[in-house]
Amino acid sequence: MPWLSTLMGVSVLGALGVTLVRNDKLAKQFTLVVSLIVLALTVAMAVQFSPNGDKFQFAETYDWIPAFGVHYGVAVDGIALVLILLSVILVPIVVLASWHDAEAGKRSVRTYFSLLLVLEAMMIGVFAATDVFLFYVFFEAMLIPMYFMIGSYGGAQRSYAAVKFLLYSLFGGLLMLVAVIALYSIAGKGTFMFTDLVGTIQDVTTQKWLFLGFFIAFAIKAPLWPFHTWLPDAAAQAPAGAAVLLVGVLDKVGTYGMLRFCLELFPDAAKFFTPLVITLSVIGIVYGAIVAIGQTDMKRLIAYTSVSHFGFIAMGVFAMTTSAGAGATLYMVNHGFSTGALFLIAGFLIYRRGSQFIADYGGVQKVAPILAGTFLVAGLSSLSLPGLSTFVSEFMVLTGTYQRYVVPAVIATVGVILAAIYILWMYQRTMNGPTAESVKSLPDLNAREKWVVAPLVALLLVFGFYPKPLLDVINPAVKDTLSSVSVTDPQPAVPVAQEGQ
Amino acid sequence: MNGTIEAPTIEYALLAPLLVVFGAAIVGVLVEAFAPRYLRSAIHLPLTLLSLAGAFALAVWQAVKGVPTQPAAMGAVAVDGPALFIWGTILILAFVSVLLIKDEEHFVGSAAAVPGSAEEEQSLVERATHTEVYPLLLFAVGGMLLFPAANDLLVAFVALEVMSLPLYLLCGLARRRRLLSQEAAVKYFLLGAFSSAFFLYGTALLYGFAGSVDLVKINQALGSVGGQDTLLYIGAAMLGVGLLFKIGAAPFQAWKPDVYQGSPTPITALMASGTLVAAFGALLRVFWVGLGGLDWDWRPVLYGVAILTMVVGAVLAITQTDIKRMLAYSSIAHGGFLLIGVIATGHTQAENTSALSGLLFYLVAYGFTTVGAFAVVTMVRDAGGEAWHLSRWAGLGKRSPLLAGVFAFFLLAFAGIPLTSGFFGKYAVFQAAVANGATPLVIIGVVASAVAAFFYVRVIVLMFFSDPAADGPSVVLPSRATAAVVGIAALATVVLGVYPQPVLDLAHTAAQSLFVR
Repeated sequence: MPWLSTLMGVSVLGALGVTLVRNDKLAKQFTLVVSLIVLALTVAMAVQFSPNGDKFQFAETYDWIPAFGVHYGVAVDGIALVLILLSVILVPIVVLASWHDAEAGKRSVRTYFSLLLVLEAMMIGVFAATDVFLFYVFFEAMLIPMYFMIGSYGGAQRSYAAVKFLLYSLFGGLLMLVAVIALYSIAGKGTFMFTDLVGTIQDVTTQKWLFLGFFIAFAIKAPLWPFHTWLPDAAAQAPAGAAVLLVGVLDKVGTYGMLRFCLELFPDAAKFFTPLVITLSVIGIVYGAIVAIGQTDMKRLIAYTSVSHFGFIAMGVFAMTTSAGAGATLYMVNHGFSTGALFLIAGFLIYRRGSQFIADYGGVQKVAPILAGTFLVAGLSSLSLPGLSTFVSEFMVLTGTYQRYVVPAVIATVGVILAAIYILWMYQRTMNGPTAESVKSLPDLNAREKWVVAPLVALLLVFGFYPKPLLDVINPAVKDTLSSVSVTDPQPAVPVAQEGQ
Repeated sequence: MNGTIEAPTIEYALLAPLLVVFGAAIVGVLVEAFAPRYLRSAIHLPLTLLSLAGAFALAVWQAVKGVPTQPAAMGAVAVDGPALFIWGTILILAFVSVLLIKDEEHFVGSAAAVPGSAEEEQSLVERATHTEVYPLLLFAVGGMLLFPAANDLLVAFVALEVMSLPLYLLCGLARRRRLLSQEAAVKYFLLGAFSSAFFLYGTALLYGFAGSVDLVKINQALGSVGGQDTLLYIGAAMLGVGLLFKIGAAPFQAWKPDVYQGSPTPITALMASGTLVAAFGALLRVFWVGLGGLDWDWRPVLYGVAILTMVVGAVLAITQTDIKRMLAYSSIAHGGFLLIGVIATGHTQAENTSALSGLLFYLVAYGFTTVGAFAVVTMVRDAGGEAWHLSRWAGLGKRSPLLAGVFAFFLLAFAGIPLTSGFFGKYAVFQAAVANGATPLVIIGVVASAVAAFFYVRVIVLMFFSDPAADGPSVVLPSRATAAVVGIAALATVVLGVYPQPVLDLAHTAAQSLFVR
């Protein structure tokens, strides 16, 4: 069964279907059903995945544009599989969370949900693409639905944020396009299939140039310091649901791309640039955390915490040890859930009070204990409290990096401490203390919102104590990736810790 | 030579598409002369459409029958693969543009009347129309067909004039904003006449160099004639000026915004698509066939021109507040991207084929999207006619989401977003350029694309993310013809963006044997 095409096909058909439904409420329910079907199908696919089988499974390859050597080629390895799972889990949650978001601006509700499903198809496609050209197509095309979601349904500065988002990403993407074309020409294989292209570029200087073309695009997307300035604007202005997908999934395409394309296609260049990337990552970790502390706007704060977290992920990817690589991949998933929960609960809060500013809140815990409690759990996950899933991944990244790069790993741990400051201080200012006059009558989470938060909190807890199923899938894929970069873990190897015991 | 003069052989069958268009144009003139006023439109429209369709059918028939390997008409006209492909493209684009012209509100009642005068008032009351538009257009299209097929500089010059003179006239016929329209016509005429003079002077100098105006003979002379380099270089440069002017490449781009803005929008659509295609066809033939042996000399110059054109087009477009001027600068920038394809020649025939086929594909993709975009412009109107000022487009996405959505789609295609035709057009050209070692040019190209994306996106922002003005323009209910144009253009943009293979194959087949020599 062509699993991956089915997943995308269901999403796209769903998107078309939503535009045909005349009634807004029906359109929402329809979207929810479609996204749940996609989730169910993905789970059905995932259980058939054999971690120690072929590298790429569920592969489908058809000629798309033979004149350019372009294929419609999709397949998943462990890394892609967990990221697709992350995407399809988040979509129904976002649908449910955005139930009333699109109504605020008197804009078409159906369009919003239709864009959401289109985006879902593209998110699946971008992670599943095994053809570099197809990956590029999804990489660029997925900007458009997100652009409209921010621009049409976002906050006051939405059009500025949407344009900034689009232009930054487009610019990076175009540089990547040059590298993609050059890769094709220089490899001279007449194909864009990833597996055929691995190892074709031997010349180190060429590798460096092509690496830069890909890397800058991914660094903007991820975003890595100093390419991050679009993210706080975009995430703060996007409606909460879109912000979750933006930070939770779209940005992961950047770090995924580094792991998949930068490392495997250009191993020598990747090694050459590793010190630079690690430096940028460490700066990003500390810088993002410090700037987050100073934010007065909750959504911007969460966006800056993500800058810090993406520093961890990039550092893990380029540390090139099994533990750090697997940790970084796991981090991508966990970060999606924890930041997603933070954005959504902050979104509920903002929807109630109509302000994004921390100063407008205080003592919410007394009037809305469930909201405050879940917010705390999500926040603690973001600061990597042991027992919550992000701790596992952050620990793996740090130990994995330490094996090779001691000083950056030590500096990065500062980020963990700063994380405690920005999260707890925000919590203290909004949830604790005397209840502010304006939030006295704030209602607690309603049933729909509880349904949104519950699965996320459950996932954070489950993977906090038992990350094994994810790691079993991720580890072979990461090992395979690193073996094609031909690095081995430094000796004496620190045994991969059995986290979460 | 025994006293008899050999009659020149003319391959009428090969030239049939040209003859059909020119013949229909002459019949059109006769209709103007003899048919009663009230009947003229009714005769012209089917005549024009049928002749364009017939010419297209003949061109297809020739392509199917087998592309000739020798130039026709004593070496004056080359009906080869690229020429047939370009003919087909121009004929379709012209056909689509005629559907726009059918809506006669675009044209003035009496062009000779002074704007604002009593005569003008009178012509409006009489509901007078200039039905000459149709034969003029057919002559222009005929010129467009002949220009890229001309294998001889004199024929090329004649084609250039046949193409340009009707267009000068048509530019001045806009019904509204008469002064802008007349300014456009005068500007286009004066500058166009200059550029034609350059072309002709260049032809004369090259004749002085090679002793022939035949492109093939000029190329042969490149290797054999010595000591005439001054004539050659000045001649080639002047020829280049004439051709680059028609493309609107910087620094010869200044006419484009004014002319595109002032002309009746359907004529703008025809110029932006058909003329550009024809001019690129001619440019390719002159530089690849006639001056192919000189490529070491012209390549650096065109390199610079391409860079300048992309940058000027993309940067100046940012400051525009008028939708037609913005599309004009966008057309300049696209001219720059296309020039990359002209430069992307390699050492082997396969490399040249890939550059040429990429260019041909780009022309098709860009032509359709352009006609579609201008068709949308004709539909957004307020009390003073078409609403050109960008601020008037604010909130269009709320008033007519479908139209605004289609226009946004065209803009994304111009910006080269994947899954639109514009992306594959750019990709094809850029790929050929990288393969032939012009990577720096491609990098400048993508940077210019990113800049260009800014102003395309700005229009989308206006349409979708801004609130509509209280007295904003309304979208007129399109006539069936206009709706068809928008539909065809949108369909072409989607299909070429999702499944470009058939057209790429066609372009590749057309480009296979390159230009006949």
